[in-house]
Amino acid sequence: MSSSDIAIDSGAHNSHVQHHFVNSEQQFESSKMGMWVFLVTEILFFGGLFLAYIVYRAWNPELYTAASEELNTIWGAVNTLVLIGSSLTVAMAIRSAQMNQQKGIVINLAITIALACVFMVIKYFEYAHKFHLGIFPGEYYTYTGIDHPKANIFFSIYYMMTGLHGIHVLIGIGLMIWLIVKARKGAFSSEYYTPVEITGLYWHLVDVIWIFLFPLLYLID
Amino acid sequence: MATTSSFTTGKISAETIGGNGVSLGEKEVKKLKIKRFEPVEEPQIHYLNAEKGLWSWLSTVDHKRIGLMYLAAIAVFFLIGGTLAVLLRTELLTPAKTFMDADTYNQIFTLHGAIMIFFFLVPSVPAVLGNFILPIQLGAKDVAFPRLNLASFYIYLIGAIFAFVSITTGGIDTGWTFYTPYSSSTGGNVMMMTLGVFILGFSSILTGVNFIVTIHKLRAPGLTWNKLPLNLWGLYATSIIQILATPVLAITLLLLTMERALGIGIFDPALGGDPVLFQHFFWFYSHPAVYIMIVPGFGIISEVISTFSRKTIFGYWAIALSSLAIAFIGFLVWGHHMFTAGQSSLATMVFSFLTFLVGIPTGIKIFNWLATMYKGSIQLSTPMLYALIFLFQFTIGGFTGVMLGALSVDIHLHDTYYVVAHFHYVMMGGMVMAFLAGLHYWWPKMFGTMYSEFWAKVSATLVFVGFNVTFFPQFIMGAQGMPRRYYNYIDQFQPFHVTSTIGSYIMAVGFTIMAIYLLHALIKGRKASANPWGSRALEWQIPSPAPAHNFDHTPVVLNGPYDYHRPMSEFQMGVADKKH
Repeated sequence: MSSSDIAIDSGAHNSHVQHHFVNSEQQFESSKMGMWVFLVTEILFFGGLFLAYIVYRAWNPELYTAASEELNTIWGAVNTLVLIGSSLTVAMAIRSAQMNQQKGIVINLAITIALACVFMVIKYFEYAHKFHLGIFPGEYYTYTGIDHPKANIFFSIYYMMTGLHGIHVLIGIGLMIWLIVKARKGAFSSEYYTPVEITGLYWHLVDVIWIFLFPLLYLID
Repeated sequence: MATTSSFTTGKISAETIGGNGVSLGEKEVKKLKIKRFEPVEEPQIHYLNAEKGLWSWLSTVDHKRIGLMYLAAIAVFFLIGGTLAVLLRTELLTPAKTFMDADTYNQIFTLHGAIMIFFFLVPSVPAVLGNFILPIQLGAKDVAFPRLNLASFYIYLIGAIFAFVSITTGGIDTGWTFYTPYSSSTGGNVMMMTLGVFILGFSSILTGVNFIVTIHKLRAPGLTWNKLPLNLWGLYATSIIQILATPVLAITLLLLTMERALGIGIFDPALGGDPVLFQHFFWFYSHPAVYIMIVPGFGIISEVISTFSRKTIFGYWAIALSSLAIAFIGFLVWGHHMFTAGQSSLATMVFSFLTFLVGIPTGIKIFNWLATMYKGSIQLSTPMLYALIFLFQFTIGGFTGVMLGALSVDIHLHDTYYVVAHFHYVMMGGMVMAFLAGLHYWWPKMFGTMYSEFWAKVSATLVFVGFNVTFFPQFIMGAQGMPRRYYNYIDQFQPFHVTSTIGSYIMAVGFTIMAIYLLHALIKGRKASANPWGSRALEWQIPSPAPAHNFDHTPVVLNGPYDYHRPMSEFQMGVADKKH
């Protein structure tokens, strides 16, 4: 049976509706639920690191206070604002799609990407500064400024958490570039904007994880 | 494709549908015209030949074809893992060296465990049978995300490639649990293997996401939650465990990989880290993972026992909810793997208690299956034979599990062959038997052919006898103190080891026969009818093999999957008229 037969069979099919869905709405709902379920897995993925953080902090509270002084609160705060701003613009991109504003989708996504890049650049300078001091993870740690035998573990956790978060930011940038390419071809409209919506959901999660990382790592004390 | 046999202007159907309050999209359906179809016997065009050529297979998004590709892949891994097991058993024939050196032995038992668990057991039921049957049982044309489904298969293959690279570039000797600090300091290519398992995890997660969304969003009209086949409840519970536990394994293995690559030291006591934390992380996944392996098996057993007892399943909701209960409690018992690893005595007591709790929903299932068979017209076809073997062996595995959960007993039995025997009774004696039950049950729907019932029974008997001869002696020698994973042992254990090895050979013969008759059935088995078992479930109301898109019209589910109290003549698939 060819796909056109199926289209007739189940009534109101639009071009973007895949053959196994009854209608556009079912497809949208499924994609959205799929993304939410995936975000649950992301939370548990990061959850392992948060747990490691909690365990070592419970054992070495004084280490965390001392080590977090090495982190630059100002730049951390700037990055927090940058990410929150990008969450706003990605939400506005979804809104533009719902309102059929083709230009708005592209512009808002471009601003989001720009903000994400600003975040990564700031992160780069933070990392570079630490490497310069000899603050490397684990066994390569050579910094002597913190008087605690387990200072290396704090920075292992720091690099794992922020590094994994950074990878998620990069993936988000990639997804949004792909969205812009599609949007410029007019792929999204108020009828169909599922990819914009679920990428937005993903981006909000990346943002939320940073909102937890910032106080846990930078704002101790 | 289906022929119209009769056309009723759905008075019955309209009531049924209205009564269930099914809504299709926005509008509430008040009256629905129902066509009734008889499935075509021996269809000319079906999913196996609708498209031709190797590329049509490799690029397919059809859940049935993906299921079959998974079947081929896990069959290869089962063969490899099984061969390794036979080699191990052969080495253990004598107390000292038989034919391989100790390092090789360590690598082989590690590979046997890692391959059987991560490459065979975890994907076996969900990715093979689940992929094939889940959308059909739902009355859907495919899973919610067919392309992700295909991606999950290729991710699985990439993970497998990593594992092979690991084996060929030094191998690993850590055991399948990768305990630190040994795994972060030993030679061999541990990194490749952990990365392989890490990648495999994504495949498992994608399958889980796909199944959850499909069950929620793609049920056919009329298929309410209380008509959901129990196999789907099993897969649903499994998917929940997959999406909640697998990411934790992923982060654990990522940390272990980073430990070897960058020396981050979170699990390394030499750098201030804590190796017991690794065990917590690892078992937080790996204990629920054994439920990823066994819970879908429960689903299959429910289907098979009801079908071959010709009886409505006893305690539908008890079985359905006990799957969810096992999924939930399964997350709270990981500490029972660490009774001797130095966790606090309060923690061990709590974990011990919670472990006993798992026995309750499991017991509920066993009793409901027995009650289903009670006064049923039991037909001892091959799938039912495997279901009975499952009941016998899994119950032994379950009981010994409760014994291992008891603190004082566990201190004695920890890391002995008793644990090995318990684990194999549950995983091989339970899960593999359930998988075989499911494979033989859905085989006609998958390939449209029947296998030789005689040879299938011979094989089942050999596997049953061989399995018990292999593993029952291990309970005894374990209780007498034979430690697991040892290369040498004292002479007093030799009779047990020899018996166990003979058992493994019997099993190998059984599985060889199975491979032969299944391949024979594949090539020139006699044609299967659409519903060879006389089942009431939806997947048997379509032709065998299944059509390319499962259903030519959206089916309307009027009956429960276990309505054996109604005669077969009333059982035709209701299909919604074109403009529903």
